Amino acid sequence: MDVRTMTKKYVGQRITRNEDPRLLTGQALFTDDVHLPGMLHAAFLRSDYAHARIKRIDTSKALERPGVVAVYTAADMGDFWKPGPLLVPPPTAVPGAVFHKRTQIPLAKDKVRHMGEPIAVVIAESRYIAEDALEDIEVEFEPLPAVVGLEEALSPDAALVHDDLESNLAAHVIQEKGNYEEAKAKADVILQRRIVVDRGAAAAMENRGVVVNWDDKAQELTVWDTTQAPIPLRNGLAAMLGLSEHQVRVIAPFVGGGFGPKIMMFQPEEVLLPWASMRLKRPIKWIEDRRENFLATTQERGQIHDVEIALTKDGRILGLKDVFIHDTGAYDPYGMTVPLNTQCHAVGAYDIANYYTEVKMVFTNKMIVTPVRGAGRPQGIFVIERMLDLAAKELGLSPIEIRKRNFIPPDKFPYEHNIIDQAFAPLIFDSGNYPAVLEKAAAMINYEYFVKEEQPRLRAEGKHVGIGIVSFIETTGVGPYEGARITVGASGKVNVVTGVGTQGQGHFTSFAQIVADQLGVDVRDVHVVTGDTAQFHWGTGTFASRGAVVAGNAIHAAAVKVRAKILQWGSKLLDVPEEELELADGKVRVADMPEKAISLGELAVIANPLRGTVEPGTEPGLEATDYFGPQYGATANGAHAMILEVDPETMMVEIKKYVAVEDCGTVLNPLILEGQIQGGLSMGLGNAYYEKLEYDNNGQLLNASLMDYLLVRSTDMPKQIELGHEETKSPLNPIGSKGVGEAGAIPVPSLFAQALENALADYNLEITEMPLSPNKLYEMVYKK
Amino acid sequence: MALHRITVTINGEVELVDVPSHMTLLQMLREKLALTGTKNGCAAGECGACTVMLNGEPVNSCLVLAAECDGAEITTVEGLKKNGQLDPVQQGIMEAGGVQCGFCTPGVLISARALLDRNPTPSEADIKAALVGNLCRCTGYFRIIEGVKRAAKIQEAAKEEMTYGIG
Ligand code: FES
Ligand code: FES
Repeated sequence: MDVRTMTKKYVGQRITRNEDPRLLTGQALFTDDVHLPGMLHAAFLRSDYAHARIKRIDTSKALERPGVVAVYTAADMGDFWKPGPLLVPPPTAVPGAVFHKRTQIPLAKDKVRHMGEPIAVVIAESRYIAEDALEDIEVEFEPLPAVVGLEEALSPDAALVHDDLESNLAAHVIQEKGNYEEAKAKADVILQRRIVVDRGAAAAMENRGVVVNWDDKAQELTVWDTTQAPIPLRNGLAAMLGLSEHQVRVIAPFVGGGFGPKIMMFQPEEVLLPWASMRLKRPIKWIEDRRENFLATTQERGQIHDVEIALTKDGRILGLKDVFIHDTGAYDPYGMTVPLNTQCHAVGAYDIANYYTEVKMVFTNKMIVTPVRGAGRPQGIFVIERMLDLAAKELGLSPIEIRKRNFIPPDKFPYEHNIIDQAFAPLIFDSGNYPAVLEKAAAMINYEYFVKEEQPRLRAEGKHVGIGIVSFIETTGVGPYEGARITVGASGKVNVVTGVGTQGQGHFTSFAQIVADQLGVDVRDVHVVTGDTAQFHWGTGTFASRGAVVAGNAIHAAAVKVRAKILQWGSKLLDVPEEELELADGKVRVADMPEKAISLGELAVIANPLRGTVEPGTEPGLEATDYFGPQYGATANGAHAMILEVDPETMMVEIKKYVAVEDCGTVLNPLILEGQIQGGLSMGLGNAYYEKLEYDNNGQLLNASLMDYLLVRSTDMPKQIELGHEETKSPLNPIGSKGVGEAGAIPVPSLFAQALENALADYNLEITEMPLSPNKLYEMVYKK
Repeated sequence: MALHRITVTINGEVELVDVPSHMTLLQMLREKLALTGTKNGCAAGECGACTVMLNGEPVNSCLVLAAECDGAEITTVEGLKKNGQLDPVQQGIMEAGGVQCGFCTPGVLISARALLDRNPTPSEADIKAALVGNLCRCTGYFRIIEGVKRAAKIQEAAKEEMTYGIG
């Protein structure tokens, strides 16, 4: 559809993206594309050991190498050497919670705690020289036993990751709703399982990077950073460097995929290089290489669950007990966001009256864990969906039936869980119609027909085909707030600035759609700026699928205000009551007499007069700023289904058909939404069957390259995919949106497991572990 | 450091460049010629973000030494748009919603262009095979594949128009 011919209502339209012409022609600026005159290059010396004491560091030879400008170790940093801030508060909202804060440090001082931890930085005239100089640095290590396994970490004779703690316990949180033990006493069926989820990488195609420039004359620091959170980063850097916020500008230009780790702030590189640039008075660039990305970009998912589920004989859940260990890696700067999400998602979409959940978070000698697309949610969903599947088998129910018997009914919203979520607010599901979503997915995959007709026929032909269907929820759009400023310019074009960064979610378009509808302008005339602290400096960042929800609603609110100003001016100048005016075609006009109109551009000039007076109580210009903070996070939900075929000789899996039904409230742009779901799905498939970070017993990461760590490729994706949509608008925000950025990834491992078990029914397989791989599956099937 | 003086035709322009022996084609494009559209995702031939057309063939420019390119013809993402008109692969992928973060896009576009050059009417399997070396973490590939299908149609339609226009 040619958008220029449409007058109104962009929200909900499938329109192409405003940002694409730049991205498609190589004209979009990414961090690595920033080039400044006189720029130096940095390279980091990283630990090869997972755990070792540093006895001595000698950088003198490196300093002698021609072209090397500086070499810094922790000892050179003086007072600036400090552990990073805790990025989320400790879980004090939960009574009895234990939490030990041990945040990452810019450069290792006395010991290294994970492979890849930076020990020194070389700054030189070129990256080549800097990397060569790394070889000149001598470090004497005393290797220590590495803490790798999660249970081993808690054993009394484990080595200590942090010597000043009594054990490797980082946190301990127990939450209970109802009374699990009482419920268990009444149960007909009790199932216990151990469920294990291992680590994967976010593996954005763009590695991390920072370019910094301290302008000594202007006394200003500019930082281009591949961050998801430019504003908090700016605030933190200013504080650390003793500068005012106005002296620091952080720009998150186009960012080549975030998926979580780029929300991790005050990473060693982005703290150290601004400091170095101020000392050297030269710009410095550091771009992570792929191996560093594997070693030193945060990761996620390692958990071991001991789960117990208590049911009646007709499949009603009476209670759930989940005791798990969560691996936070060497430090815990992100507090308990990930395990709290797991606790909030292990109840799934179900009405569970009695729930006991206990997490022990442990330090290990592995890379730091912070949210990766899904952020603890896929693990929680894997736990509950697997347990339901096993219960269904035990009770002779279909996977659909057991879910339907346990869903939170549509009339029970808002549904309160009486546990605390990642925002330390009570977990409340705001809205949804879970049975309808599941039924839709079942219909779209033709579940009944497949099970009754097609599967028996294909099985008779010797094919191992299986079907799966699961439900899930996703808490999204958490606070605290975002803001936006909207200005109509003299050209009639509209400028929108907001603090969130963007990593491919299409914000330049979806935000423009919201504004275009309010102001009656062409969506191509709305220019959106994100992620530049010089343009807007209040906000938090893009995480937890919150961009469209929180920033989207802030933009909506600001647009409503600008609209009101336009109407007020229009009414005055056209001499008609506001109710008789409309905003369309870039003008304010009389609805019944469209030729009686003023263009927004003209109005913008009139509203900002050069002479005369601005009336008291009004502001000049057609501009407004507003903020939005949701009362609590909106909860999206969905059901996914798939049909797959396994080759029992090679264990290669082909996904024949995939169905995803999502309820994410009001859809801003289906083109963008579908892309997000499909992308999430590809990452979910990776988490299920291809991607696993292999650490050996010494804490060495064995597959730190894209050759050895397999991302899903074009040929691995399902042959056919169908997306469905149910819409229950969130009552929590004016647009009615819920987030979706992570939804695709969340249900896939549990779905994949169910479908595999179904396909390999003759082998009586029970999958309680993720990620799998063809090899692993082969072992499970044949080594029994 | 030994410097090699090479002549290359990049996006139709002849360039004379002095390159050190160790410099890759990717580095030459990005650092010497400010053609930063071509991306570096791994510098090891594993991701395809750096794909450019070298004498009509798609290659990972991170694996080619610049000094080897003397006399070569190179097309990068910056050279696809001609006379203010997006190339059918750009148009098709945009319409299909095949761009998210856009980091893999330059490489994807070149692989797609190379495919349509050798096979103007590719099947879905042909498209998937042509893109197997281009990793994309954002899109799950569906919309990219859809975009290449569209591109083939756009290209076909343009050709017909030309034929009729002349005839
Ligand atoms: S950068 Fe060349 S293949 Fe990845
Ligand atoms: S669009 Fe982000 S990697 Fe492909």
